[in-house]
Amino acid sequence: MHIVVCVKAVPSSTEVKMDPVTHTIVRDGRESVVNPFDAAALEVALAIKDERAATGEGCRVSVLSMGIPATEVLLRDGIARGASDALLLSDRAFAGADTLATSYALSCGIRELGSASMSDAAASGASEHGEAAPGPSLPDLILCGKMAVDGDTAQIGPELAGLFDMPCVTDVRELVAIERGRVTVRHATDAGIELVEVPLPAVLTVAKDIAQPRMPSIAGVRAAAGAPVAVLSAACVQADPARSGLAGSPTQVVRSFVPERSDACEVLEGSVPQQAARIIALAEEAGL
Amino acid sequence: MSGLMVDAARCVGCKRCERACAFGGIVVESRLARPTDACTLCGGCVEACPVDAIAIERDEAGERSGRNLSAYRDIWVIAQVDVEGALLPVVFELVGKALELAKVRGCQVVAVLGEAGRAPRQAERLAATGVAEVIHTVDERLAHADAEVFAQWICALAEERRPEAMLFGATAFGRELAPRVAVRLQTGLTADCTALDIDPKTGALLQTRPAFGGNLMAAIECPAHRPQMATVRPGVFAAPERVTAGAGTGADLAAGIITQAPLAPEVASRVAVLGIEPVTGGSIAQAERLVVVGRGVGSKKNLPLMERLAELLHAELGCTRPLVEAGWLDYAHQVGQTGAAVAPKLLVSIGVSGAIQHLAGIGGAETVVAINEDAAAPIFGVADYAVVGDAIEVVTELIAQLEARD
Repeated sequence: MHIVVCVKAVPSSTEVKMDPVTHTIVRDGRESVVNPFDAAALEVALAIKDERAATGEGCRVSVLSMGIPATEVLLRDGIARGASDALLLSDRAFAGADTLATSYALSCGIRELGSASMSDAAASGASEHGEAAPGPSLPDLILCGKMAVDGDTAQIGPELAGLFDMPCVTDVRELVAIERGRVTVRHATDAGIELVEVPLPAVLTVAKDIAQPRMPSIAGVRAAAGAPVAVLSAACVQADPARSGLAGSPTQVVRSFVPERSDACEVLEGSVPQQAARIIALAEEAGL
Repeated sequence: MSGLMVDAARCVGCKRCERACAFGGIVVESRLARPTDACTLCGGCVEACPVDAIAIERDEAGERSGRNLSAYRDIWVIAQVDVEGALLPVVFELVGKALELAKVRGCQVVAVLGEAGRAPRQAERLAATGVAEVIHTVDERLAHADAEVFAQWICALAEERRPEAMLFGATAFGRELAPRVAVRLQTGLTADCTALDIDPKTGALLQTRPAFGGNLMAAIECPAHRPQMATVRPGVFAAPERVTAGAGTGADLAAGIITQAPLAPEVASRVAVLGIEPVTGGSIAQAERLVVVGRGVGSKKNLPLMERLAELLHAELGCTRPLVEAGWLDYAHQVGQTGAAVAPKLLVSIGVSGAIQHLAGIGGAETVVAINEDAAAPIFGVADYAVVGDAIEVVTELIAQLEARD
């Protein structure tokens, strides 16, 4: 079994402080971390790997990201936690990507991870795909966080599913079973929590609470230090420049601005009964 | 290649770009601005530069999508129904906004409704909202909200009819469906728009959405691709009375035509639904009035008090993430970035400090009353009315007064 986990580096805090006078952003050396939703997705993949290892079955977990070169550190951390291998797509040609261009770049990375050369490099877990198949093979499962805490679009998972024509289940709360070429999950929908089954290969996007990410083990950290994190350019993964980065992004940010906040917060003075009466009056205005 | 270009002859090294950048994507060294690897080409620095020294250059290829933009027309609203088959309130909100945009642009609004026919006459209801046309089909394969099946139906229609813009409700289903449609049509999609404007000449849709938990707003366009796609959270736009009134009576507005457009016979779902645990109680996302409680209510034994207040206000009860984690209330009550986005007319926030992730979920609330002991709590930054004091004392008094009314 081969699982690809897509991760994004996000600022460690989405709290952006604004300078009240200049209305500009105050950055205070915030570090990048793996988007917590994606960290949970990695944990789900590693739990499957552990389970299969216990029964002697192979499972390769690859971590994939598109980002600046510094993102390599986060991918190495993924290996320290138990991932088999990692691929970072890093190129100025990818910069300025919206979700369409990002999902395209990730799809190129996923194909690259299935290529013979990368499969061999991660041979330890690739028992089922051990025979050097002609051309790239697609993973059995693609896992993403439901959304990134900075962008909050929740589009990458469904877009990847569309690009590979795979079924997709979003906002997964529990992975119930993965066997006989099917995966069974509980996921949140508008109607409630649904129990569904889809055939593999499939794309799942997971909720943050689905799993508590494990810490890297000491052995894992040692292994990760020497482990291969492939850092590849757009050309290396045969990404079409016209579909990558800013050039491949139909949407463009034309302006960023600080929203006007009404600082017109009225403090309700007076005794508690007077305050309560005002609140009830407001409730009546709102249709009570 | 596309990129951020700095005109060295113009740059004065004032560092305004550096301060304006949220990503550390530009630095000033030796009095000259230089983009770093972290640049996302968001354009923040272009705006900030006082001497027009910064520009984003785009490849020709990026500007040319090869699409004849003038072949696309009209604004589509993708309608969603609930488990009982009734149209969701967000559909009317979207129709209202679409009618407004269509008036500016001089085009028509078309609603698209695929359903399994669980509730009667939903297409007629939709046709009476002021839309020119409802594209409709009833098909058992649309009984389950399978985004893949819906996407195939909608994409086939969009390829044939070429809408200029498509609006989706940012429900769980809409947030899955819209990207599946966007990737099939290879076009742009903006999530969770809070404002939409249209250029009367070009039809360009200006989509504004919050970023960084609402601390920054981004205005987004999709200049060379059609259709332009956007999702909008429920409650962000008000449904105009004439839209809902028309939908109720079918009398006032001239009814739009209803066109039947079947789902292709080969389309089949790959998702097998084995069971469902329906949402219990009312949905906090749709609530008109909402009581939201946080850690500041003290201990779990105060929870019945909060439930009683919600009951008396005919409000739903929501809470912050720590309360769900502590097991006080289940996840369906969680308000915020990882829970539900809410848009009530009145939100009474009790003992909530106002973490940014929580605030990201309450931006749609019309009026916010916050009760908190800590006068410096961030919740007061977004509240319209503040009570600085003991939450239990205020709630007890509220209950006493409300009970006295009955």
